[in-house]
Amino acid sequence: MAKPVLEVLGLTKRFGGLVATDAVTFDVVPGEIHALIGPNGAGKTTLVHQLSGAVAADAGSIRFNGADITVMPTHDRVRAGLARSYQITSIFRRLTVVDNIVLAVQARNGTSLSFWRPIKSESALYDEARAIAKDVGLAGREEIVSGFLAHGEQRQLEVGLALATKPLCVMLDEPMAGMGPEESERMIPLISGLRATRSVLLIEHDMDAVFRLADRISVLVSGRIISTGTPAAIRASDEVRRAYLGDETVHG
Amino acid sequence: MNRTLNLVLLAIAIAFPLVAQALDELFYVSFASRILIYAVAATSLNLILGYGGMVSFGHAAFFGAGAYCVGIAMVHGVTSAWITWPLAMVVSALLAWVIGAVCLRTRGVYFIMITLAFAQMMYYIVLGLKAYGGEEGINLLNRSVIGFGVDLKNDVTFYYVCLGVLVAVLYLCQRLVRARFGNVVQAIRENETRMDAIGFPTFQYKLVCFVIAGGVCGLAGALIANQTKFVNPNLLHWPVSGELMIMVILGGLAYLYGGVIGAFVLLFLDELISPYTIFSKLYVGLVLLVIVLFAPHGIAGLIEKWRGTLPRKKDG
Ligand SMILES: Nc1ncnc2c1ncn2[C@@H]1O[C@H](COP(=O)(O)OP(=O)(O)OP(=O)(O)O)[C@@H](O)[C@H]1O
Ligand SMILES: [Mg+2]
Repeated sequence: MAKPVLEVLGLTKRFGGLVATDAVTFDVVPGEIHALIGPNGAGKTTLVHQLSGAVAADAGSIRFNGADITVMPTHDRVRAGLARSYQITSIFRRLTVVDNIVLAVQARNGTSLSFWRPIKSESALYDEARAIAKDVGLAGREEIVSGFLAHGEQRQLEVGLALATKPLCVMLDEPMAGMGPEESERMIPLISGLRATRSVLLIEHDMDAVFRLADRISVLVSGRIISTGTPAAIRASDEVRRAYLGDETVHG
Repeated sequence: MNRTLNLVLLAIAIAFPLVAQALDELFYVSFASRILIYAVAATSLNLILGYGGMVSFGHAAFFGAGAYCVGIAMVHGVTSAWITWPLAMVVSALLAWVIGAVCLRTRGVYFIMITLAFAQMMYYIVLGLKAYGGEEGINLLNRSVIGFGVDLKNDVTFYYVCLGVLVAVLYLCQRLVRARFGNVVQAIRENETRMDAIGFPTFQYKLVCFVIAGGVCGLAGALIANQTKFVNPNLLHWPVSGELMIMVILGGLAYLYGGVIGAFVLLFLDELISPYTIFSKLYVGLVLLVIVLFAPHGIAGLIEKWRGTLPRKKDG
């Protein structure tokens, strides 16, 4: 297998007596969609928070693209190519769709310590932002103030903001949370298409989507990764079934 | 439409001293200069408070620092505005850099309290500057010297210089707010966590904004020292910070003219009411309360709303 782009070694996080992340070790290789599944409260979001730099780990290390990023600030991780989206939508609600995405494009295009030229005249930024809006299925909605978008569209923008940073590896925390079946159906090819240029750490409760998208699956229970493997192996694993999937058969 | 309005306002501001002179009411020119100077200070605060969402309760520190630069330089015989005014800006900007580097690591109420604490510290420092008058402050023998035949001792000339500074500051502010930098600063106000997560070192942008605002306020301080020909520690005291905050909130947070409108209304009300009662601050406070209750986006917000609902011709 190719050299991992993201390597997590013995990562641990405690909240008082609760061990939210318990010596987690796993990796993401270039061009793969690695799904992280687990029951509510398993510690998936907490793990992403540590990988993105929002929460400091108590122990362990994170390597990204050959460098140790364990204590690197969030914005530097993003610049290095590790971006994330949020489970709880975190967009700029008072800005239009295109203005939201322009910010992410602006962040990686030259300096923003520019005090004179009106940003509205930087058509390259806007063209690129419109293209990204289109990619995430928001064509025709560019000029809508994002707070007024439908829930599903806000989720698309949420993912769009992460992708607009052009990451090497993107962590998507339940991108389809609260989406209707139709909206999810639109999201699946979008995520699947990312494989060509990036790697993805996908956290998702929709098992149907997970088994369709993932190249590998890791199962997180009570902060511990109890198993990592191909979708077929995970589906067949008794341990996973007992700990997480319950005894019901999983349909793929 | 906006352009016309700007030009009309500018024409009124230019004509004002001529009218006052004709009516032999030069006192009002001096008073108007004061409004212009406070408008500069409030506009600088609007950059951080309105556009940046940083509730700084210590802006008087930069105002006072600018004023003291002019005052202290004057004591040592340096009178050129070309030296002391830029000096005031640089010193205030450096001060903002130090204060901002510490305060911007905190959030919310802590930020308000720590900016206040820093400003109060500055207040007590100048209070202890016995060499420069301590609590008595410094009486300036004269105003700064510009040369080129411009004599600031003339109140009308001084007014025009203040007007020029205000117009320049408003223009720069407008450019900055509409440029990439302003886009970043306003987005940080909306959602700092996300700005971090799309790759912006938010702390640094906020600090730059703080430093710019500090520098501009230092220039306002240099002007106020000239206007009153007097500097004393009260310029750095917290009521001045509070007054500047009230001006911005009253005038309109994150509106270009917010600081100008706020400075005008507050100082005008104060002037109007204070001859009649020693409780003028109380009445001014009541008026402000009413305005803020009925205009949550300040007076500028009210005007925008009013203009927006009026049928009007297309811009351009
Ligand atoms: N800041 C915090 N302080 C204390 N406990 C926390 C904190 N953040 C998370 N937790 C706890 O850590 C555990 C893991 O939470 P986390 O949100 O990571 O779970 P999750 O797997 O993302 O769940 P879900 O599927 O519901 O999103 C939970 O028990 C949660 O209550
Ligand atoms: Mg979660």
